Amino acid sequence: MTAVSINIKAKRYPGGAGGKSGHLALSDTRFEVNQNEFVCVLGPSGCGKTTLLNLIAGIDKSYDGEITLSAAVSRSLAYVFQTPRLLPWRTAAQNVELAIDGGASSSSLSMDLLAAVGIEKFAANYPGELSLGMQRRVSLARAFARRPSLMLMDEPFVSLDPDAARELRRLLKQMLVQQPATIIFVTHDHREAVQLADRIVVMSGAPAKVVKQVRVLMSDNQRNEVASVDEFIEKNLTEPRRAGQGAST
Amino acid sequence: MTATGIPDLKPQSNILRSAGWSATSLICLIAVWWVAALVIDSRNLPAPDQVFASFTDALASGELVTHVSITLARVLVSFVLAMVIGSAIGIFMGRSEKLNSFFDGWLVLALNLPALVTIILCYIWFGLTEVAAVTAVAINKIPNVSVTVREGARAISTDLMEMAQAYQFGKWKTFRHVVLPQLNPFIAAAARSGLALVWKIVLVVELLGRSDGVGFQLHLFFQLFDVAGLLAYAIAFIMVVQLIELLVLQPWERSANRWRR
Repeated sequence: MTAVSINIKAKRYPGGAGGKSGHLALSDTRFEVNQNEFVCVLGPSGCGKTTLLNLIAGIDKSYDGEITLSAAVSRSLAYVFQTPRLLPWRTAAQNVELAIDGGASSSSLSMDLLAAVGIEKFAANYPGELSLGMQRRVSLARAFARRPSLMLMDEPFVSLDPDAARELRRLLKQMLVQQPATIIFVTHDHREAVQLADRIVVMSGAPAKVVKQVRVLMSDNQRNEVASVDEFIEKNLTEPRRAGQGAST
Repeated sequence: MTATGIPDLKPQSNILRSAGWSATSLICLIAVWWVAALVIDSRNLPAPDQVFASFTDALASGELVTHVSITLARVLVSFVLAMVIGSAIGIFMGRSEKLNSFFDGWLVLALNLPALVTIILCYIWFGLTEVAAVTAVAINKIPNVSVTVREGARAISTDLMEMAQAYQFGKWKTFRHVVLPQLNPFIAAAARSGLALVWKIVLVVELLGRSDGVGFQLHLFFQLFDVAGLLAYAIAFIMVVQLIELLVLQPWERSANRWRR
């Protein structure tokens, strides 16, 4: 069942005064995401992946084309940004609570989520007192607090050391087992994409467009082995021109 | 931090030292005043002990408390009015380029309008009433608050606003948890400078068109050439305003900034 259908003809940022065209960020970006599918959007830095997520989230509404969210998915959306974007004047627990739509149980739910990401001890701390890795955990807990049916993730584990990033990927997978959701995960890291995704949408440099789509059919054990991940990358992701191989929709 | 175990003591001894300096400088000021009063020896410059006697008399008769509390009530009402209206204008102008370019001229005009003109106009238009007095004071303060808060509203983080939008915070939640905390330092700055301005203008308003309050009393002392009474009331009011600053504004600012490291 299709959860998200993306068909963007063009997304431009306004140019300087008088300039009529401006900067073209996205062109001909078409793909679909199925219910509870984990899709990684893979592309070089600065190719317009964040723009794509902002369009899907409805933060940016000025573009040519259309994005359709199924009824089930549009109900509750969560967005994990590239930087944690926590409110610095609210504690970790309050940051998570604010994402929950009211209800008396919101504080116990927020504690449960902080426990799930392993930082219940720091619930009363302000984000400024937490390391970047811990802030990212809070931001992950906040996203799950919405009980999202669609989760947009913008390089959420970037600028962490490899161990911390691996741990957070493991945590994400684990939380998704308990609380399944449709995921669109943006990254420029091939290994990260192969480790996480059911399907990889490969995009070219600016102006970004979809080059090909690759289904990842690997067991969890294979995904954890560097050798098999690298072999998959070698086989499927290193020749961007050979479109269509292993593609599916 | 040194390895001598001093760090714990240091802040405390700093506070003590600065308190000591303040006390010393205050005593010096009083000493200079006293010497000058003795040298000049005129009822136009009473010595500190005469002012103190005048102060205790006014306190004992209850007049001081009556007039100070009336003035204080006017200060609080016009202060709150000016803060609320001024902040609202500042937020709208800071968030909308169009509103800002349209109303900027008005704001410049209001900023440069002499306080006395507003006061006289209010009394002429609304009569010598309480409403006219409080309105005149508020109108004098509103433009200052707007300008300060507008700077804060311009600096609001786009990242956090996008976050609030993505997480469907809604208007009220966004205002309370995202916008207001970012404006807090600016509102606090406007409040602190505002209180000092407002109470001075309230005295002028009272002098011109009210029959009670500290301003009215000062007018009376002026006509009687009672400088001791004048200084007694002035010092009493300075102390009240300092207390508000110490007990209300500063603790509020501290709690609003608790999250900063």
